[in-house]
Amino acid sequence: MTTLWPWLAIAGLGMYHGLNPAMGWLFAVALGLHRRSQAVVLQSLAPIALGHALAIVVVAAAVVTIGLAVDPRTLRLAGGAALLAWALYHLFYGARHRTRIGMQTGLAGLILWSFLMASAHGAGLMLVPALIPLCLSPGAHAAMGAADSRLIPLAAVGIHTLAMLLVSGTIAIAVYTWMGVGFLRRGWINLDRLWIAALSATGLVLLLY
Amino acid sequence: MATWTPDPSFYPSPRMAARAPAEKLAYVASFDPERRRKDAVSVVDLDPQSPSYAQIVGNVEMSGAGDELHHFGWNACSSCLCPNAPHPHVERRYLVVPGLRSSRIHILDTKPDPKKPKVVKVIEPDELAERTGYTRPHTVHCGPDGIYISALGNAEGKGPGGVFLMDHESFEPRGRWEIDRGPQEFAYDMWWHLGYDTLVTSEWGTPDMFEEGLVPELLLGSKYGRKLHFWDLHKRRHLQEIDFGKQHQLVFELRPAHDPTKAYGFVNCVVSLENLSSSIWVWYRDGSKWSVEKVIEIPAEPADPDRLPPALKDFKACPPLVTDIDLSVDDKFLYVSCWGTGDFQQYDVSDPHKPRLTGSLRLGGIVSRAAHPKSGAPLNGGPQMVEVSRDGRRIYFTNSLYGAIDPQFYPDGLKGWMAKVEAKPEGGIELDRDFFIDWPAGHLPHQVRLQGGDASSDSYCYP
Repeated sequence: MTTLWPWLAIAGLGMYHGLNPAMGWLFAVALGLHRRSQAVVLQSLAPIALGHALAIVVVAAAVVTIGLAVDPRTLRLAGGAALLAWALYHLFYGARHRTRIGMQTGLAGLILWSFLMASAHGAGLMLVPALIPLCLSPGAHAAMGAADSRLIPLAAVGIHTLAMLLVSGTIAIAVYTWMGVGFLRRGWINLDRLWIAALSATGLVLLLY
Repeated sequence: MATWTPDPSFYPSPRMAARAPAEKLAYVASFDPERRRKDAVSVVDLDPQSPSYAQIVGNVEMSGAGDELHHFGWNACSSCLCPNAPHPHVERRYLVVPGLRSSRIHILDTKPDPKKPKVVKVIEPDELAERTGYTRPHTVHCGPDGIYISALGNAEGKGPGGVFLMDHESFEPRGRWEIDRGPQEFAYDMWWHLGYDTLVTSEWGTPDMFEEGLVPELLLGSKYGRKLHFWDLHKRRHLQEIDFGKQHQLVFELRPAHDPTKAYGFVNCVVSLENLSSSIWVWYRDGSKWSVEKVIEIPAEPADPDRLPPALKDFKACPPLVTDIDLSVDDKFLYVSCWGTGDFQQYDVSDPHKPRLTGSLRLGGIVSRAAHPKSGAPLNGGPQMVEVSRDGRRIYFTNSLYGAIDPQFYPDGLKGWMAKVEAKPEGGIELDRDFFIDWPAGHLPHQVRLQGGDASSDSYCYP
C-alpha cells in the first residue's frame, strides 16, 4: 500500500453520502415514523447500505475490468469524462427522477431504491480517482497477486459503505429519537450543488493530470 | 432556480404546517361565463391590518378569451420533502392554471411581485393533446416527483379522461400518467395517500356531458360519474373501483387525511336521485382493500315551486347540492358547501366515521338568498369552492360552480362574490362581517389558493 489518501478519500466520501438525506437516512426515519418503531429505522438502514454498496461495486468492477485492459492514461481520461458528464446531467436534469419506491416498500424495495439513488447520484464514479492508484498503479500490481486485485476493490467498497452506514445510522437515530424532522426546513442544505462542484472538480483533475 | 435551503413554505408534517404564519394574499380564478373577455387570476388582500383588506389588489389576464379557469395549483409544495424522491430546493413560486374549456395551461410567476403575477409560459391545447393524449385539464397537485394534473377528456374531447404529468421546473407536459387504467372511464378530481402509495380519482363525466350544462336525461338516468378509483401511485395501475350505487350522482372532491399515516379521506356526492339529498362519504383502508361508508346525509328542503328554477319545480324541494368540501390541515374539521340551500357547514371529523355538526351559517341559496352583513342586498349563488388556511382559523369561499351550470340553478344570472369565515379552535364558525367581495361584473370567481399553501394544496410524508 503506497499511500493512505485513497483510503481516506473512500471513507470520507462514504461519510458524505451518509450525511445526505437523499441517500437514505431520511427514508429510514420516515419509515420508522410511519410504523412508530425505532427498530424499523435500524432495519431499514441495512438494505439502504446494501443497495448503496451494490451501486459502488458495479462501478468498481467496471473500473478494474477496464483498467486491466487499457493503459492508465486512457482510464483516467475516460473516468474524468464520465464525471464531467455526470455533473452536467445533474446540473440540467438532477430533479427529474421518477419515484418507483414508496412508503409501503419492503426490504427489497429499499435495496433497489438505494441502488438507483446512488447510481443516479454518481456515487461510485466519485471513487474512481481513489480506486485507480489502489488497484491499478504499477506498485499495486507488483504488491498484489491475482486474488488481491479483487480483494482491494472489495475492501474499498466495504470501507466506503461502513463509513456511510455509521454516519447515516447516527443521524437517523438522532433525528428519530430527539431532533425530529422539523430541522429539515432550515437544515437541509442543497448538497446537490456541492456534489455537482465535486464531480466537476474531480473530473477535471483526472483529465488534466 | 435551485435554492440553498428548502422553500420556507415547505413543512415536513401537517402538524408543523398548522403552525404556519397567517396568509396575506389569495389567488382566485376569475372567468367570464360568456367567454368574450379574457379570464384572470385575481389577487385578494387577506391581511386585516392592510388598508386594502378584502379587496382585489391585482389581476393577471390570460393570453386569450374562453379558457374557463376553474381549479389550479402550485408547482411545488411540502411533498418535495418526501424521502423517496427528495428535491426540496425548488421554490413554491409558480401557479399552474388550466383552462377547463380551452385546455390551455398558463404558468404564472408569483415571485417578483406576489400582487402582480405574470404569465411566463403558455401550453397550447394542441401541444397538450399531442404529448399527453388529454384535454380539459382540471385538478393540479404538486407531487413528490412532478406536477400531477387530472383531465376530463381525451385528445378528441371524449372519454376516457385521466391523469398526466408535468415537469415542475420546465412545465413541459411529460405524458399520460397511468399505465393501466382498468375499467376507469370518467375523470374529475385526483389526490393521494403518500403514506400508502395510493392515488385516488373521482368522476364527473366526459366534456360532451357537461360543457352545455347538466343534461337532465343523463342525470335522471344515472349516467354521470358515481365511482371512486384507487391506483398504485408508483406502478401507475388501477387497483380497485367503488361504485356508490345507481341513485348517487356526481362524486366530486377528494380530501384525503393530511396525516400520511391515516388511511382515510372524504368525498362528496352532489345529489341522490332518490330524495335530492347530498352525501359525504369516508373511504378507508379495510384489510387489503379500500371501502366506503356514507357518514353525512344532508336532506333537500321543501320549497315553493315558484321560487325554484324550472328544472326543480316538479320536485317542490331545494337540493343542498354539496359541490365542494375541504378538510383542515389537522384533519379535525370538514367544511361543507351547500351550493343549493346556501348553507356552509363545519363538522368535527376527529372520528371520521362519526362526524358531528359543529357550525352552520347561510349565504345566498336558491330559495333563501341570504344576505351578507356587508352586502346588505340578497345574494345568489351559494358557498361553493372553499379553502381553509393552514392553521385552520380562516376559511374563504366563492359562489360560482361552473359557467354552464350556474344559470340552470340560478336563472336570474349569477352575481359573483367571495366571503370569509372564522373558525374557533374548539369548533364553531362565524362570518367575518368585514370580508365580502362583490365580484367585478362580467367575471365569476372559482377556486381560491392561498399564498404559501392551504389545506388542499400540500401533502406530507411525515406524521
